[in-house]
Amino acid sequence: MRRVYLDHAAGRPVDGRVLETMLPYFTQKYGNPSMVHTPGNEAREAIETARGRVAKLIGASKKEEIIFTSGATESNNLALKGVALRNRDRGNHIITSSIEHMSVINVCKDLAKQGFEVTYLPVDRYGVVDVAALEKELTEKTILVSIMYANGEIGTIEPIREISELVHDHGALLHVDAVAAAGQIPIDVEAEHIDLLSLSSNDIYGPRGVGALYIKTGTRIMPIIQGGGQERGLRSGTENLPGIVGMGKAAEIISAEMETESRRLAKLRDKMIRGILESVPVSFLNGHPTNRLPNNVNVRFSYIEGESLILSLDMEGVACSSGSACTSKTLEPSHVLLATGLKHEEAHGSLLFTLGRQNNEEDVDYVLGLLPGIVRRLRVMSPLTPKELIGDV
Amino acid sequence: MYSDKVLDHFRNPRNMGEIPDADGVGTVGNPVCGDMMTIYIKVKDNRIADIKFKTFGCGAAIATSSMTTELAKGKTIEEAMKITREDVARDLGGLPPVKMHCSNLAADALHAAIKNYLEKGGKK
Repeated sequence: MRRVYLDHAAGRPVDGRVLETMLPYFTQKYGNPSMVHTPGNEAREAIETARGRVAKLIGASKKEEIIFTSGATESNNLALKGVALRNRDRGNHIITSSIEHMSVINVCKDLAKQGFEVTYLPVDRYGVVDVAALEKELTEKTILVSIMYANGEIGTIEPIREISELVHDHGALLHVDAVAAAGQIPIDVEAEHIDLLSLSSNDIYGPRGVGALYIKTGTRIMPIIQGGGQERGLRSGTENLPGIVGMGKAAEIISAEMETESRRLAKLRDKMIRGILESVPVSFLNGHPTNRLPNNVNVRFSYIEGESLILSLDMEGVACSSGSACTSKTLEPSHVLLATGLKHEEAHGSLLFTLGRQNNEEDVDYVLGLLPGIVRRLRVMSPLTPKELIGDV
Repeated sequence: MYSDKVLDHFRNPRNMGEIPDADGVGTVGNPVCGDMMTIYIKVKDNRIADIKFKTFGCGAAIATSSMTTELAKGKTIEEAMKITREDVARDLGGLPPVKMHCSNLAADALHAAIKNYLEKGGKK
C-alpha cells in the first residue's frame, strides 16, 4: 500500500544529514562542555557552532542570545514563567491569544493562580489576532505579551511587526512562539523587535528532545530549572550534546533550503486546498486563505466527524490529523478552531494535512483521489446528512 | 488504539441505513458532543425482525452501532432490552477507556427505539 505521511505538524523525520552530524557525539565526542580538557573543549565548540546556526535562522546577530532547552514546551515555559516571575515588581498583567499552544495557555493559567492577570485576545474568523483589542488591553501593568508567529493547526501567520510595535510602545516584552513558522517563513528577531522566541528542533527536521529560546540581551528573566548553571545560568543541566549539534545542523540546512522548499510546498498546498474544495461538496477551508504557512491544509466537512475521517484515510495509507474532540486528550474540540468562531459540530469535522519534504504531487493526487469517496461513505452513514446531498442509497 | 474487531465493524458496518416504515426509532447523543446515532427497528412476533443504524461520530461510535444491531437482530424485545453497553464493548474486543463513556451509546439508542415501539402500542 502507498504510504503518505501528511502529519508534519505532529512529528517530522530527522534529516539524514542531521543524523550523520549527530552520530559521533554519541560514541566518540562525548565530552562535557563544562570541562577544561580537550574533549570538553571539543564539545563546547560543537555547541557554540550549533548556537550560531540557530541564531542565524532567526536573524539574531549574537549567538549568546540562544539558550538550548529540552524542547519548545520548555522554551515556552521558561519564557513565560521566567519573565513573569522576574518582572513581578513592574506589573502583573500578561496578554496572550486564544489560539496559542497549550504550553503557553496552560502556563498562563498556572500564572493566573499565582496572582497574575491574563488576557486572552480574540482572533477573527481566519485566526488573525485582534490587534485593536491588543492596543486596548495594554496597560502600564502589562509586562509580557506572548503571541505565536504562525499557528501550526490552521496555518495563519500573525501580524508580528504590528504587534511588536504596540507592545514596545507600552514598554512590555514580546515573546513569540515560532515553532510552526521557523524554517517555513523568514523570521528576523532584530528587524521585528522580538524579545523572546521559542523554537523546536524536530519542527525543522532535527531530533526530538531539543529546543531553543532566543532571549534578547538585557531581557529580565529568571531560570525555572536550577542546578549547575549551564546556558548562562538560565537552563541548568548537562547539555544534550548530540541533540544540540543536530538542531544546529538542522537550522543550517533549513536556512539554506527554506526559500525553494517553501515555494514548492505552497504549490502543493494550493493544489490540495483547491482540489478538496472543488471535489467535496459542503467543504470549507479553515484558517487564512492567503496568509498561511506553506505546508498547511486545514479543511472541514459538514455532517461527519474527524476521527472517522482519519481512520478511513489511515486504512488507505494516509496519515493526517483532526481538531475533533475524539482525537484530543481533553475530549474537547480544538480550542483554535473554536476561537475562530466555529461551532463544536463544525470543529469535529475538521481535517489537518501538514506537508513536508518527502511529499510530492503524487501524494496530493492520491489524497485528492480518495477523499470524495471517504467523505461520501461517512455522510451516507450519518443521520445529519441532508437527503439531497447523498441521493438515494 | 482500536481492536481488529472495532476496525472491521468500522470498515464494513453491519445493518447501516434507515427503515422508512420502522416500528420504533431511537436517537441518542448530539452533534455538539461529536457522537449521535439513530437506530430503527422492525418488530415481528415480539422479535426484532430488522434493525438498521445511522451514526455521526468517531470510529468507536460507528463500530458500536454496527455491533449493537448485530447483537439485537432476531432477539425478543425483552432480550434486546437487556443488551448493555458493556456487552457491546466486550463483543468488540474492548474499547479504549476514553471511548467507553462518550462513544458507546448504541445500546442506549437500541433501548430508546424499543421504548418508542412500546409507546406506540407495541404488540406486532
